[in-house]
Amino acid sequence: MIPAAFDYVRADSIDAATTALAEYGEDAKLLAGGMSLLPLMKLRLAVPSVLVDVGRLTDLTYVKDAGDHLAIGALTRHRYLETSTLLAEQCGVLRAVAAEVGDNQVRHRGTLGGSVAHGDPASDLPAVLLALDATFVARGPNGERTIESRDFFIGFLETALNPDEMLTEIRVPKVGHTGYAYEKFNRRAQDWAIVGALATVVDGATRVSLVNMGTTPLRAAAVEKALAEGAAPSAAAEFAAESTDPSSDMTATAEYRKHLARVLVRRALERVAA
Amino acid sequence: MIPAVQISMVVNETTQFHEVEPRTLLVQFLRDVCGLTGTKVGCDTSSCGACTVLVDSESVKSCTMLAAQADGASITTIEGLGDAGWHPVQNAFHTEHGLQCGFCTAGMVMAAVSFLAENPDPTERDVRLGLEGNLCRCTGYHNIVKAVLKAAESMKATS
Repeated sequence: MIPAAFDYVRADSIDAATTALAEYGEDAKLLAGGMSLLPLMKLRLAVPSVLVDVGRLTDLTYVKDAGDHLAIGALTRHRYLETSTLLAEQCGVLRAVAAEVGDNQVRHRGTLGGSVAHGDPASDLPAVLLALDATFVARGPNGERTIESRDFFIGFLETALNPDEMLTEIRVPKVGHTGYAYEKFNRRAQDWAIVGALATVVDGATRVSLVNMGTTPLRAAAVEKALAEGAAPSAAAEFAAESTDPSSDMTATAEYRKHLARVLVRRALERVAA
Repeated sequence: MIPAVQISMVVNETTQFHEVEPRTLLVQFLRDVCGLTGTKVGCDTSSCGACTVLVDSESVKSCTMLAAQADGASITTIEGLGDAGWHPVQNAFHTEHGLQCGFCTAGMVMAAVSFLAENPDPTERDVRLGLEGNLCRCTGYHNIVKAVLKAAESMKATS
């Protein structure tokens, strides 16, 4: 399968990338590792007329200690996250889930920023960032702005980024190396999650987020509320499907996904509590 | 008319300089332009790993990378693996009979070479996880895992 024809532009700076986006408009897409975008283009589900390749902006590959948080460059690959000692010590949950994305080949190419900007509710890492209340930094023709993760994921493959903006950095809190559990349910090891559930402890409170339970990654607010009021993990997990709207597809019905959410949240909560 | 892009990369220690359509996939470039047909196209959807090659020493599915993205990179395919004769991973696949029909083999071997570079002393479970991106439709996984473990041993002994 071959993508539909497109013009290829290689950006040698963030400004060059956003200038190209401004010039070509909504038909242009940024290409980072390509692990999400290229499969869609091969299936002709995405047909951008211009690809702006930002894959060589290696300045945006980093995990830095920025005082009260960690700053991660948008083009940092999953493999880099997986092997980062700083990330393992200061934000172990993100390192651990990065190691569960796709397979080795995908993790060698795929980037954190690409995964986030793609806005797929079935991706693992957006759910982690949502649970951590991460902050996203975007650069556009009018300068830089920050977007909170709760405002970032708007709909299926839709984010708060403007068509002429590029995600440049992801900021996560320092939450230490322990206190998390991620349950990913799929049919084959490398597949997207049919449903995923993350429990992670931040400042003594347990946060819960869900993968593939709606058009965006979701926080399981009802579960978090029950836990805050003292409910046991198994009781709190019963609320896992509340306010979710999962799709039915060839891998699972919506009803089954809701069942999985309750089971996986319970397992994640029990692992975190253990 | 979409303008072509000029790309240059080192494939198996030979510089390849060509003009291609931007949408040319790396696997098409390797097979159709460079004539290196050892790399297979299996699922063509980034699932099976048959098209795995090394890009700057890391395993990559060449059906899900544009040739233009590999401009300037160093590529190793199954044809370029051994220095003189077979690579230890190829030897181990031979002696452990780590193949049945052989279609997935080139991708398995390339994925295993990259995996062992990152994990020189793996357990059996590490190997199974490390090869999760490669499918064998003959289901011959058991001997493939044995072969990778044997290759790890022989590479340690000679390093």
